[in-house]
Amino acid sequence: MALSGLEIYKLLPGGIKPPHPKANCKECGFPTCLAFAMKLAAKQAELSACKYVSDEAKAKLSAAAAPPIRLITLSADGRKIEVGNETVLFRHEKTFYHPAALMVRVPDTLSAGEIATLARTVADYKVDYVGMALRLDGLAVESVAGEPTRFAEAVAAVRAAVTLPLVLVSEDPQVMAAGLAQTAGVKPLICAATAGNWEAMAKLAKEARAPLAVRADSLAGLAELTEKLTAAGVEDLVLDPAGAARGFAGSLQMLTQLRRLALKKGFRPLGYPIITFPYLAAAEPDMEMLLAGQQVAKYAGFVVLGHFDPADVYPLLVLRANLFTDPQKPIQVEPGVYPINKPGPDAPVMVTTNFSITYFAVANEVESSGLPGWLLVADAEGMSVLTAWAAGKFDAEKIAKTVKGTGIAEKVNHRKVVIPGHVAVLMGELEEELPGWQIKVGPREAVDLPRYLKTAW
Amino acid sequence: MPVIEVPVEKWSGTVRSVTLGATAAEGGTRSHVVVVGGERTLPFLAFEAKPANRPCIAVEVRATNPAEEWAAPLVNAWGAALGDLVAWVKAAEAAGTDVIALQLTTTDNAGQRMNAAKARAAVRTVLNSTGLPVIVLGTGQAELDNEMQVAVAEEGAGERLVLGPCEEKNYRTIVAAAMANGHLVTAKTPMDVNLSKQLTVLIHDMGMPLERIITDPTTGALGYGMEYGYSVMERLRLAALQGDNMTQQPMIVTPGEEAWRAKEARAGEGVPAAWGDWARRAVNWETMTAAALIESGADIVVMRHPEAVARVKKMIAELMAA
Ligand code: SF4
Repeated sequence: MALSGLEIYKLLPGGIKPPHPKANCKECGFPTCLAFAMKLAAKQAELSACKYVSDEAKAKLSAAAAPPIRLITLSADGRKIEVGNETVLFRHEKTFYHPAALMVRVPDTLSAGEIATLARTVADYKVDYVGMALRLDGLAVESVAGEPTRFAEAVAAVRAAVTLPLVLVSEDPQVMAAGLAQTAGVKPLICAATAGNWEAMAKLAKEARAPLAVRADSLAGLAELTEKLTAAGVEDLVLDPAGAARGFAGSLQMLTQLRRLALKKGFRPLGYPIITFPYLAAAEPDMEMLLAGQQVAKYAGFVVLGHFDPADVYPLLVLRANLFTDPQKPIQVEPGVYPINKPGPDAPVMVTTNFSITYFAVANEVESSGLPGWLLVADAEGMSVLTAWAAGKFDAEKIAKTVKGTGIAEKVNHRKVVIPGHVAVLMGELEEELPGWQIKVGPREAVDLPRYLKTAW
Repeated sequence: MPVIEVPVEKWSGTVRSVTLGATAAEGGTRSHVVVVGGERTLPFLAFEAKPANRPCIAVEVRATNPAEEWAAPLVNAWGAALGDLVAWVKAAEAAGTDVIALQLTTTDNAGQRMNAAKARAAVRTVLNSTGLPVIVLGTGQAELDNEMQVAVAEEGAGERLVLGPCEEKNYRTIVAAAMANGHLVTAKTPMDVNLSKQLTVLIHDMGMPLERIITDPTTGALGYGMEYGYSVMERLRLAALQGDNMTQQPMIVTPGEEAWRAKEARAGEGVPAAWGDWARRAVNWETMTAAALIESGADIVVMRHPEAVARVKKMIAELMAA
C-alpha cells in the first residue's frame, strides 16, 4: 500500500530517531527531508536523490511502493506479455490495464506434426476489430503423459514452429525440468508448484529465471505457498486457484476475493496475477468460452483455452478488447467528411455519428462494397446512432449542421443525403432544416448499406 | 501464516423484488409468477450475501413473421414457428424460457400498419398459449406504441404484464395504462446512470409504485459499445447496494436484439475467415453478450436463439449453485 508523506518522512534521515547527521542537508534538491518526503509521496521525486537513507528504510519504501498485484512478464524471443499491476475492481473506477493473456492448450499427447500445426494456427490467428489487430497471446504446453522425454519433445516442437510466449504445465519437477531444457530464449510460466513439489519447483524457477504458478484449492493454501516461495527467493509468482475455484461460481468468488484482498487489504501473499483453465470445469467448448469470458472480466491474468475455434475465439477477443478499453477515453473519430473509395461529385453522401465503433461499421461496409461514397461524421459526442438520438445528440439540427459545416455541397453535384434508418423519424424536420436537399432513409444497420447503395441510391 | 480476512462489504441497500405475472389467486391467469431482483450483493457473490432471485430469461416472440429480416441461423433455429405465434410460444417454453417477451412490430404479416386491435389480438394469443408471465415490448415509435400498449394493457388487465419501453420522451401514456390495469413498466434510458434515475423518479411521480418499475439501461452488443452499458450497469448496481433508492430497480436488457443487429451475427458471406463458422459465431455473439450483462447485474435478459438460451440458462444455474 502506498505510504503517506509523513510515513515516508519517518524513514528519512530527518525523521528517524535520533536524526541522521545529514538531516535536512538539501542535497536532494529540496529544502528539508519533510519536503522531499512529500514529493516522494506524490511520486514527483526519486528516492535515489538522497544518499543518506538507510538500507532498511530503502527496503521498506520499495516494498510499500510495489504495486498491490505484481506485474508478471512472460517473453519469447521478440514477443512478451505482461499481466498484473491492476489497481481497481471495476473498470469505471479507472481502467483495467493489462488484458488477460489468452493462451491455447497444447497437450503433449498430440504428434509433433499436430503440435506444429496447432501452434502455427494460434500464432497466425489475427482478426481486425475497429482498426485494432486482435491476437491470441501464447500456448500452454501440458504434460498429459507424465513422461519427461515426451514433454521435452512437445516443447521442442512448439519452439521449432513458433515464437509465442509459453506456459509449461506439469506438477512433476522432472517433467518440468525436461521441458524447461527446451526453452532457450523464452521466459515461460512454470505451472505449477503445489504443497507437495514446491521446493523442487522453486529450484527450477530460479535456475530458469522464470515466473512460477502456485496451485491450491483455497486462499490459505495459495498464501502458504507464496510465502514459502518468496522466502526461498522466488518472487515472480502467479496464482492457480484449483478445486471448487475452477467452475463458474467458485471462480467468480475466489477471483473476486483475491482481487479485493490485494487491492483493499494490500495483502502481499496473494498480490499476484491469476491463471485459469476454464476447460477443466466446463467440458463443452461452448460453456468453456462463457467461463473464459467471465474470467477475462473477473479477474484472471492468464486464461488457458482448451480448444481453438475462430468462431469462439473472436467473440472472446472482442470481449477482452471491450472490457480493457479505457472508460475515461470515449472512443471517437474526428467529425468531418470521410471520402471512401475515391468518390466523385456524383457519389452518395451518407451521415453517421462519431462513435468509433459506429464509424468503423459504416466505413468498412462502404469500403468493402467497392462503391465510392462520402461519409459525413457528425459530432454526436462519441455515441452510437440510437444512443445519440435518444440522448438528443444526433437530431435534425445536428445532422443539418454537419451537412452544412462540412461543405459537402461543394464536393457533389447532387443534393441527396442518406440518414441511418434508425432515425427515419427525423426526415420531416430535416427537410425543413436542409432546404433543397432530398433526405433519403438508409438501412438501420451498416451491414445492409452495400445493398442499399446498389439498389436504392 | 498471516490471517486471511476476506474483505466483505456491508451493503446498506437491496435491489427491489419485482413480481412478474399474476396467478388466479392474484387476479390473473398465469400458472405461476416470476420474482426478480432482491439482490443484497453484486452478482453471484454468495460469500457476501445469500443469492437472491435467479436472473430470468425471456425469449422474444412476435406476431409478425421476422423471417425476412432475421439472420439465417436464427430463422433456421425456430423454423416454421416464426410464422405461428402459438407454436413459437410453445417452442420458447420448450427452449426453457422463464417468461415470454412479445415484441410488437410496426407492421403485420400483410405489411399493413399494426394497430390497437392487432396488438390486442397478439397479446391475447400469447396469454392463451402459455401460463408464463408475459412482457410486451413496443417498437420505439411513440405514437404507435402508445396506441398498441393501451390496448395490450386493457386486454391483459390483472395479468401483471411488463409493458415497455417507457422513455423520457414517451412514458406517460404507457405508465397510466399500466397503472390502471395492474401491470409493470420498463424504464429505458440511453446508457447513463443519472438519466436512469431521473426516469424512475418521473414514472414514480405519476404514482407508479417502485415495485412495478424495471430499469432498461440500454447496453449495446458485444463489440458495439457493450462496455458502456456494462459499466453503467455495474455503477447502477453499486449505487443500489450503497442505498441510492432510485437505482434499486431490477434491470432488464435485450442482448438478443442487440447481438443479432451486429454484423458478426447477421453476415454469413464476405466476412473474414478469422470470424469462423457463421452459425456458431452468431450464437456465441448473443451468448457472450447476455453472459457479460448478467454478470454485470441484469435480472431479465430478452434473448432470441434457443441454443444461446440453453447455454445462458446453464451458466446461471452454475453461478447460482454456490
Ligand atoms: S538529501 Fe534531502 S532527504 Fe536526504 S538527508 Fe538531505 S535533505 Fe534530507
